[in-house]
Amino acid sequence: MADVNRGNRPLSPFMLGKYYRFQLNSVTSILTRITGNAMLVAALMIVWWLLAAATSAEYFALADYVLTSYLGDLVLFLSLWGMWYHLLAGVRHLIWDAAIGLDVPTATKLGYAVVGGSLFFTLFTVAII
Amino acid sequence: MAFLTDRKRATGWGSAKKGTEHFWSMKVTSVALLVLIPLFMFNFGSILGADYDTVLAHYSRPYPAILAALTLIVGFKHFNLGFQVLIEDYVHGAWEKILIIGMTCLSYGAAAVGVFALAKLAL
Repeated sequence: MADVNRGNRPLSPFMLGKYYRFQLNSVTSILTRITGNAMLVAALMIVWWLLAAATSAEYFALADYVLTSYLGDLVLFLSLWGMWYHLLAGVRHLIWDAAIGLDVPTATKLGYAVVGGSLFFTLFTVAII
Repeated sequence: MAFLTDRKRATGWGSAKKGTEHFWSMKVTSVALLVLIPLFMFNFGSILGADYDTVLAHYSRPYPAILAALTLIVGFKHFNLGFQVLIEDYVHGAWEKILIIGMTCLSYGAAAVGVFALAKLAL
């Protein structure tokens, strides 16, 4: 008999923070998801900027003003940091997918590398562009 | 009337050879973006803030235009796959489907708008 308990199974609760203290691994994991999904904002801004550039000089002036304004700068800077973070965290996932570095000490080191590396690459990018 | 047991019906069929497409697409696009994203960030970062004519000249060259188009296409595909998992994890019922379908429309739509804009700039 297959699955007599359909629809009435226990759900796994959201553990982070509420039942389980924050740790490097859990925080770097959820930040991967948050940064990845937050990239939508910067991506839509860039698409809009490109569309404005393809439309007219006046429309470009507006989009360019928004993207290079104080707020636009801040959003793009945070997105740059989020992008580097998500990229490095993605590399960590690719390493884990190869069944390498799954022990806790190595995972912790990789976690610090992702956080530190994202800061380093963000400042590096800002410095050269 | 089937006299086969459930076990007998299942044995030998494996995993139906399906079910890993989502995971694999995520991996393929992530490896592609590992190359595309840094190149795009430096390329886009170098042109943002330039005047209109410089921007037009920039995107009429093949490398910036093709790089930006590829990044948008692969990036929005990867984004859409990731957003789907986010929703599947936290939202259930009708809203789960509405949000996934809505964001799929937005992802492909935004990628199409970006590619159209780039084509118009480049040609």
